[in-house]
Amino acid sequence: MSKKPTTGNWTRRDVLKASAASAAITGAPLFFSRHAYGADFLNNPGDGGTVTLGFNVPQSGAYADEGADELRAYKLAVKHLNGEGDGGMMNTLQPSALKGNGILGKKVEYVTGDTQTKSDAARASAKRMIEKDGVVMVTGGSSSGVAIAVQGLCQDAGIIFMAGLTHSNDTTGKDKKANGFRHFFNAYMSGAALGPVLEKEYGTDRRAYHLTADYTWGWTQEESIIASTEAIGWTTAETVKTPVGAGDFSQYITPVLNSGADVLILNHYGKDMINSLTQAVQFGLKDKQVNGKEFQIVVPLYSRLMAQGAGDAVKGIFGSTNWHWSLSDAGSQAFVKSFGQEYGFPPSQAAHTCYVQTLLYADACERAGTFEPCQVVTALEGHTFDGMGNGPTEYRAGDHQCFKDVLVVKGKDNPSSQFDLLEVVEVTPRAQVEYPVDHPMFAGGDLGSCNNGA
Amino acid sequence: MKKSTATSDWILFIAFSAVVLSMPIWLAPFGANYPDLMQKFAIFGVFAIGFNILFGLTGYLSFGHAAFLGVGSYTAVWSFKLLTMNVLPAVVFSILVAGVFAYLIGFISLRRSGIYFSILTLAFAQMSYNLAYSVLTPITNGETGLQLSLSDARVLDSMVGISTGRSLPSTTLFGTKMSGLPGFYFCAIALIIGFFIALRITRSPFGTMLRGIKSNQTRMSYTGLNTRPYLIWAFVISGMYAGLAGSLLAVTDPLAGAERMQWTASGEVVLMTILGGAGTLIGPVLGASLIKYFENIFSAFNQGTLNQAFAALPDGIQSVVVDVVSLFVGEGWHLTLGLLFMITVIFLPGGIMEGIRRIAGLFSRRKDKPSTGAAGTVAEQS
Repeated sequence: MSKKPTTGNWTRRDVLKASAASAAITGAPLFFSRHAYGADFLNNPGDGGTVTLGFNVPQSGAYADEGADELRAYKLAVKHLNGEGDGGMMNTLQPSALKGNGILGKKVEYVTGDTQTKSDAARASAKRMIEKDGVVMVTGGSSSGVAIAVQGLCQDAGIIFMAGLTHSNDTTGKDKKANGFRHFFNAYMSGAALGPVLEKEYGTDRRAYHLTADYTWGWTQEESIIASTEAIGWTTAETVKTPVGAGDFSQYITPVLNSGADVLILNHYGKDMINSLTQAVQFGLKDKQVNGKEFQIVVPLYSRLMAQGAGDAVKGIFGSTNWHWSLSDAGSQAFVKSFGQEYGFPPSQAAHTCYVQTLLYADACERAGTFEPCQVVTALEGHTFDGMGNGPTEYRAGDHQCFKDVLVVKGKDNPSSQFDLLEVVEVTPRAQVEYPVDHPMFAGGDLGSCNNGA
Repeated sequence: MKKSTATSDWILFIAFSAVVLSMPIWLAPFGANYPDLMQKFAIFGVFAIGFNILFGLTGYLSFGHAAFLGVGSYTAVWSFKLLTMNVLPAVVFSILVAGVFAYLIGFISLRRSGIYFSILTLAFAQMSYNLAYSVLTPITNGETGLQLSLSDARVLDSMVGISTGRSLPSTTLFGTKMSGLPGFYFCAIALIIGFFIALRITRSPFGTMLRGIKSNQTRMSYTGLNTRPYLIWAFVISGMYAGLAGSLLAVTDPLAGAERMQWTASGEVVLMTILGGAGTLIGPVLGASLIKYFENIFSAFNQGTLNQAFAALPDGIQSVVVDVVSLFVGEGWHLTLGLLFMITVIFLPGGIMEGIRRIAGLFSRRKDKPSTGAAGTVAEQS
């Protein structure tokens, strides 16, 4: 800030003139040059040899474990897309337009960001990727609140958002966006898949007590589970909201026994689920008899990472999951093999969905022949594919949600290794978890029209 | 003397404006000239300038200013939802609501001084955060954050017949979209106006009174002066600045989350002000920009970037260097910030501005006459 000392007297008018002039001079070139490239869509990689993707995952906070695994999967997907490694699920995807030479012949590069499991931080980091790093697609998640916030941002900016792990109905329900796509299943599907299994295992006369993570995902999962359990005759004793990342859930667990409930449903995820489940088991809930029945705990959204964290507490506990590494189809096996070779342990469902999303995006670009968001949207809408570990899958055009089979799993009583913690009880067919686009739990949103950002 | 101060104030103001408005040009070599980061520079500059009016002038250290930032954001988003997507009403309402909120908290907290005052403000901010996070979910939408939706009323917009169609509306200033560069210029002008007002306050008798409180409040009381109204006004004004900053955050990105009110956010503005130089006019803006720059740039470096950067080194050394450096970037950028903060506070207790002043002092001694033109010197004159 170097300035010459001036001697004259500055009047207010002089000052205003000078500042207006300097503002105009400094600002003008930017207004003229903004659209000078004539790009037909935002962050067009043009003739460059590379294309950049943005991986926005939680590296700190309650979902950091999932975030770390997601990032591993993204890096693996980039490797495979660029033709390195053994190709993983690129070999099993049907139909596939992928060539193993990047996307549309451009080498795939990536930037990463930390969402901190906070909407604000996630949007700031996504904005940096879009404005500074020039990404054509942002992907990531691990918290539905974050996913919805970033999806909205990408819609406004004109970038494709491939949602990672986000399970709230709202992501493809009331907050759905034309530029956003979700491969992961959702709370409604969990409820629909779990209902019959719970009926078979625990009967029709049960009182459920819900502990729910206090944000969009928890709310919609609670709603979905209540709907499907009340449909089989259960009653709901009480629903209690708990803050995300609470750490200590004992104050919420103590009242459960006095409520007359005989089932505890934990609508928690990540470290929260590990803590609440472990504490519930430590408090002896699983050994109690209520209303002449054995007390049970249900964790509607399960993951192998969480089961690992909770240890023995998961034994015999039911839940649902999008994918599990023990599946024996060719796609799953190819993915588990190349992930295992790279990192030395099997992937989680979060890793799976993120890997699949990256490949699906690349495939859609290849099929569309361009990175232009609107054409990629058209390529993904209504696309059916197979060989990605979930059997035949469809990206429904009406809400950009993938429809496929859902797994009901149970904590193994005698795990054979530290990763072999869940057993698949039932593969719920797609027809049973499907719902109309205007289902009341998903109503109130509108995809809107796709945005190219230019 | 008075005249020359006024002149140099004007020069300071013009230089400041020019520097702020030309950010898109001179930030380019630092890789920081993208709109989102420049918006953050301007917005947190406003926040820090406002905080400095309280902390820098009166010496009252508030640990709860993020509460006003959050209140400003929520008010702005509600204004977008209920009234109009035009940003002016949102900004005005945010400043007013944050002011009222600051008056309430200030009225109670300012009954104590020193550490007790700091703890009271911290407690109030934490209460506000928890309220926003869970109790007031209908107003704040809890952890998900308050967002726009298609079904919002937007009374004024629908009265004049602006319909949004099937996609969410953007914030506008009479038709100009407030994202990207226009959004930055809007924030920059808010920062310049905020700076001007802070400059006037610092030079006014009111500002002198505030500095009097800082240097010896007891003596002020003994002379028969009631210092409390001055303190409350300083608190309210600085709360209004925070409200303005909060509304600007919502203007550039119409979303308000409770985490904006967390105590770490309050701590951040304290860091910004001290790092830049408490009590100076430019210091807080410098500190805010520096911290936001580090947050955005350093936190984005990952192992891959480092491997590229040190690719020239021999393999063994490269991996060691990368391992060590990676502690300080990416997730570990807080370490860098902490080190920088420690170094500044130990060697330059007056912050960056003291560093600038020392350098300026070297030159003026050589010339053997006191410099009145240098920004730092002017800013520090009281």
